Amino acid sequence: MIKEIREPLIFELSAPGKQASHLPPLDVPETKGVLTAVPLRQDIDGFPEVSEPEVTRHFTRLSQKNYCIDLGPYPLGSCTMKYNPKVNERLAALPEFAASHPEAPDELVQGNLELLKRLEGFLSEIAGMDAFTLQPAAGAHGELTGMMIIRAALEDRGDPRKYVLIPDSAHGTNPSSAHICGYTVKEIKSNEDGMIDVASLEREMTGDVAALMVTNPNTLGVFESDIRRAAAIVHARGGLVYMDGANMNALTGIVRPGDMGVDVMHINLHKTFSTPHGGGGPGSGPVGVKRELEAFLPVPVIGEKGGRYSLIFDRPKSIGRVRSFNGNFAVIVRALCYILSLGPRGIRDIAEYAVLNANYIRKSLEQDYHLKYTASSMHECVFSDKFQKEFGVTNLDIAKRLIDYGLHPPTMSFPLIVHGALMIEPTETESKRDLDLFIDAMKTIAREARENPDLLKSAPHVTYVRRLDEVAAAKTPVLRWEKKG
Amino acid sequence: MSYLSLSDKDRKEMLAAVGIGSTDELFGCIPEDVRLGRDLALPGPAAELELVRELEAIGKRNAYPRFLSFLGGGAYDHFIPTVVDSLSSRGEFVSPYTPYQAEVSQGTLQVIFEFQTLVCQLTGLDIANASLYEGATGAAEAVLMAHRLTGRPKVLVARTLHPQYREVIRTYIRNLGVQAVEIPYGNDGRVDASALAGLMDDTVCGVICQSPNFFGVIEDLKALSEAAHGRKALSVAVVAEALSLGLLEAPGTLGADIVTGEMQSFGLPLSFGGPYLGFMACRKEYVRQLPGRIAGQTTDVEGRRGFVLTLATREQHIRREKATSNICTNQALCALRATIFLESLGRRGLRDMAWQNAQKAAYAMEVLTAVPGVRRKFGGPHWNEFVLEFPKPWARVDAALREKGILGGLALEGAFPELRNSALVCVTELKRKDDIDLLGRALQEAVS
Repeated sequence: MIKEIREPLIFELSAPGKQASHLPPLDVPETKGVLTAVPLRQDIDGFPEVSEPEVTRHFTRLSQKNYCIDLGPYPLGSCTMKYNPKVNERLAALPEFAASHPEAPDELVQGNLELLKRLEGFLSEIAGMDAFTLQPAAGAHGELTGMMIIRAALEDRGDPRKYVLIPDSAHGTNPSSAHICGYTVKEIKSNEDGMIDVASLEREMTGDVAALMVTNPNTLGVFESDIRRAAAIVHARGGLVYMDGANMNALTGIVRPGDMGVDVMHINLHKTFSTPHGGGGPGSGPVGVKRELEAFLPVPVIGEKGGRYSLIFDRPKSIGRVRSFNGNFAVIVRALCYILSLGPRGIRDIAEYAVLNANYIRKSLEQDYHLKYTASSMHECVFSDKFQKEFGVTNLDIAKRLIDYGLHPPTMSFPLIVHGALMIEPTETESKRDLDLFIDAMKTIAREARENPDLLKSAPHVTYVRRLDEVAAAKTPVLRWEKKG
Repeated sequence: MSYLSLSDKDRKEMLAAVGIGSTDELFGCIPEDVRLGRDLALPGPAAELELVRELEAIGKRNAYPRFLSFLGGGAYDHFIPTVVDSLSSRGEFVSPYTPYQAEVSQGTLQVIFEFQTLVCQLTGLDIANASLYEGATGAAEAVLMAHRLTGRPKVLVARTLHPQYREVIRTYIRNLGVQAVEIPYGNDGRVDASALAGLMDDTVCGVICQSPNFFGVIEDLKALSEAAHGRKALSVAVVAEALSLGLLEAPGTLGADIVTGEMQSFGLPLSFGGPYLGFMACRKEYVRQLPGRIAGQTTDVEGRRGFVLTLATREQHIRREKATSNICTNQALCALRATIFLESLGRRGLRDMAWQNAQKAAYAMEVLTAVPGVRRKFGGPHWNEFVLEFPKPWARVDAALREKGILGGLALEGAFPELRNSALVCVTELKRKDDIDLLGRALQEAVS
């Protein structure tokens, strides 16, 4: 790799008269006086003008400034950065899929509808739920959809209730999604093992609580072994259980949320089912429900009768539409391909190898980094910077130093219940060699923290830019390029 | 097929290091009686070749690609330059996460910064976010934003806004005490200005209108914005066909305070409805209420320019239930495609594409309304879509056209029962003169 790439903004490369892509000349007779009655723009001020070679170099150079899963381990806890199979990219782009219009009549897109229906069935089997909607565009969108379903179901029973219980270890999207559904959030404290404290759940679970939102394994990577007791408490008082499926990678083929008392859940296809993260989307967050909640799923749902598929809109109890058209279809194609490739045994292997890899890392590093919660780990483990703090080194410094070793840092400062957290999720696709590279780097960093803390505090040293001033970025925001003068 | 990378030897060594004899022991924390205890009932495993064959066979069961299609209505078939596919499929763009670690994510962050700039230039506004899921949720987020900014409980929604966008707004506001009131349209297919004036009062947080609207008619955004501002409400403009921004005056310049919508037209394939690319831009003073990720420029310790995600105190991972939105993942890879598309066409190419759409639609309008009994439904100005009215129900015309392998337009009856005899026709730069003439001849037979 080249050490120094200084790539200007495209606007700074622009020069009048250049253009990378041209259309053929107009092939219909020109109509005079088109659009004379409406205000037209004479120009788009500052809009770029560059050649195709310049566009290609611009984006190739920019691409070189990204770390990615194709390059090395990306152990971001809670994000499930696994390998994204190449064939799935090719198949999602098949012209028969890519060229199909979302408003095409059902009989002309039978393949698409069949594909959606099949994935719904696969996810139901894997999660132990009775029905799925593939509409939600991402995990948080799935949460929102799921909580709307819960609210609609409780309204249907006569009272939507007021509160939603959420553990203090939860993802920030959980309280945010509950809030948009009109609920007030009550936080439940974790117990000393980092798990839901059943006694406090028992206290908090009153008749005005609509639901418990739970992540299992939780964000510490610990399986909530009391999940069924917790669900029973919630159900006994007329509430419902929502599961954030962000950590489904630990469970596939081993245990199913639907068998643990979960009523509604979402799955992130971009985590568990290997669809690429794309630098922050697109994702897909299908929502699964138990039979008694099926009527509340968003429209459209996919019907099947005698091998003919159709989109069904006539669903009087549905929460309505949550987005336009039919979900993030091209993401859904990739997830279906992944499941077909792996088969039942391969799906189980996901969980087995993800958990093995995480435990191998945990075991290898537990002398070097502090482990606040010692309950057994599933697909991820959460260390903290407590040992390194003695030398004035924080989790941020450790993370930035990892970059110098050619590795992506773990998730930092989450979950909030572990101060100075380093949340490590290797996923099942890592090789032992790459795991060992990560472990060795972490051990070296632990030693450096003792011997030469300044090396960490000034890291990273080898990147195109070094530590960036985030405070200044927020204080005086510069959010776009502007033409000078 | 397997994507695991451990050999048997690796596996044994790792189990030994962990201090257990088998992977089963890893799941000791899960109560025995809740475990599945059987294989999942799934097909496979499939080798790559089998998988390719199976998916190709499913694809073949779509008859749609064999039709000549004039469908639009929120999803548009446009030319995609090869560089878009070629560059956006690089693993360095496809396979990273959200750019939390800025030092190793400068590529993605600079792309977002360029995307935000392009959105600002196109919409005529000061600030844009890094993207939203798609157009309909963008419209819903804009309504929530107007509600937060004004504290007022009512939103006026044009009936000419995409019907699915209206439905999503309804779904989102249901539990938040916001009321949506529909503004009817007039004979010209535009928002009925006098009806709007009658609906405006001091409880209105925003007026949300689409232009070109769902009928393809270009709204008078200046007048609509003035009506909103007259009662200190926000003017929210929705653009579902972003290519129109290459030719039509920027909504921000015409008075819109928030512009949101769909940028699928910029380099994203139709893909049966997704993933697409929602966007949102607003005036500078509203930035703290803007939902979604935002990239900003800063410097590193050596004074070099760099980019970071910024203004995170609006977001769910910091603010939890008090966040401006629950959005986390957005559509970064789609925004990358749009950025490559826009930079490839550039200042002149974008205008030319938008102009060719106008010209081809104008030609199609002339050819199709020359068919006896077929007339233009709305007199308002249109760009690349328009509504035609037929002498009999569209369902019958449609069936006759399909016999000839043509999808002549989108039925309107579902969302607009009053338009049973009408259809929405879309003509982009991809339609050749021959295609349009063919539709004209087929329509002649279909209506006679």
